[in-house]
Amino acid sequence: MADVEESELNETQKKDIAKWFLLNSPPGEIQYVAKDVKAILDDDELYEEAASESFPVYNKSHMISLELPDRTGDVIITSFGELGKNEFLDPRTAQVAIIDHVKQVCTEVRPAMDEELPSPYIEEYRCALDAEILKYISEAYPKGVCSVYCGSGKDLEGPGSDFELVVVISAARHSPQNFCNGSWRSVWNIEFKDDIQLVELSGKLQVGAHYFEEGNVQLDAKHECQDSTIAQCAEDCAISLASIIRHHETEYLASLEASYSNLPDTTFKDLRRKLPVTRTLFPWHNTMQFSLTRDISKELGIGK
Amino acid sequence: MEAAMGLMRRIPPKHTETALSALLSLLPQHSSDLLSQVDQPLQVLCDVDSGKEFILCEYNRDADSYRSPWSNKYHPSLEDGALPSAELRKLEIEANDIFTIYRDQYYEGGISSVYMWEDDNEGFVACFLIKKDGSKTGDGRRGYLQEGAWDAIHVIEVGPEEEGTAHYRLTSTVMLSLTTNNDASGTFSLSGSIRREMNMDLSIEEGHLCNMGRMIEEMESKLRNSLDQVYFGKTKEMVCTLRPPSEVVMRLPEA
Repeated sequence: MADVEESELNETQKKDIAKWFLLNSPPGEIQYVAKDVKAILDDDELYEEAASESFPVYNKSHMISLELPDRTGDVIITSFGELGKNEFLDPRTAQVAIIDHVKQVCTEVRPAMDEELPSPYIEEYRCALDAEILKYISEAYPKGVCSVYCGSGKDLEGPGSDFELVVVISAARHSPQNFCNGSWRSVWNIEFKDDIQLVELSGKLQVGAHYFEEGNVQLDAKHECQDSTIAQCAEDCAISLASIIRHHETEYLASLEASYSNLPDTTFKDLRRKLPVTRTLFPWHNTMQFSLTRDISKELGIGK
Repeated sequence: MEAAMGLMRRIPPKHTETALSALLSLLPQHSSDLLSQVDQPLQVLCDVDSGKEFILCEYNRDADSYRSPWSNKYHPSLEDGALPSAELRKLEIEANDIFTIYRDQYYEGGISSVYMWEDDNEGFVACFLIKKDGSKTGDGRRGYLQEGAWDAIHVIEVGPEEEGTAHYRLTSTVMLSLTTNNDASGTFSLSGSIRREMNMDLSIEEGHLCNMGRMIEEMESKLRNSLDQVYFGKTKEMVCTLRPPSEVVMRLPEA
């Protein structure tokens, strides 16, 4: 009996396991995972702890979007807009969403304070880019949301220093009745370099999908890319940045499609061929042939 | 237990081992259920006598040792470890030889092992295992894959012979993961696991091996096909729902 007790997990270990499961939930499935984890732990207090530590991390890394209670739009949960543990800035409406991480809802909003917002100079660039990205999103993503944040230099009053904007695009599709969920997340860091009058972009794109009808198959795809353009006035900058982002994301989608179409005859073939090297079904009925083939394969050195 | 199986349906298949050991430590009272219902990636040992590798599973395990199909010896060595009857061992040897050729023809590499044992109702059970590392550093002939693993587990319960026929119940699981990685398209990774069952009554005129082999070949082709067409296809469909490819023509920035 003593042995059994010794080998039993302590509370911290149990909580760590619970957190591991929660953080590894596929896109849009953390609530389902949470239900199962809660049942397995059978300890509500421990579960609450694990949940309160995991959900904020999951919500931010999956960049989930929550509808604002006044229906003026959506707020994306990301570290770029994080003002406090439960407070996330929506730069477009200059509001701060107060959210419940575990329930994944926005409970109330408050107007952002002046010090939480960028200076008018930065805001001009941010707002112009937001408008262009919004246009792009509405054309390219049926259910996409986007936000443009100021990453650094938000208090600059005019030219003379570097600053950074961050474009976040998040699109999710949850279709549990069809056993399918997925998400697309893009983060574009855009640095305005004052001394060389150049704008440098670096993008991180991540796509996940899960199909689980009588099985469990998951796609996990990531891509990073860089580009740059010359510094111009806010409007022109916004137009060329949006066009660069559109270009890279369109190319990335095409490369994903190419990866899929390469599967049957190239990549998947390295795991198992559709037909044997002989291109005919295996001759199970002809055992005599086996000893013969075996000798040949030995001679050719392909047998193990 | 239901919740545990629910989690296994959602956790990324490449984390199956971690997930299973986590569940085993949380639910020690369900360990035998978990081990029988959750398939995990196959492990390999080297047979010291023949120098050939063999696959480990619950079916060739006795205590902490595993029986090699090549030498019929347990590794690490085990006195009076369970062995199949002489007659069944003969079939097992033959099955291993033939399955090696089958595996080479379909997989162009990899490892296979077949284990057989008597069961309680006058029939027997056979377990056919295949493990293939299809990465370019492994047995991937074409060198496309950064990482690529295929594990297949086929368990066939063969009923007693009745009037020249026998009942075969095949349960098959395939677990796979593949990753391609290049500058232009980044990391592209698919992983999955599916399990299916097939039942047949067949004449044993041509022998058990022939019947079992055909069933496995048919099943493997079906599984490969549905992974390729259905499962991978559904994830692709999802990607194209998120961002449809038929995007409006790119607008050029105004001069």
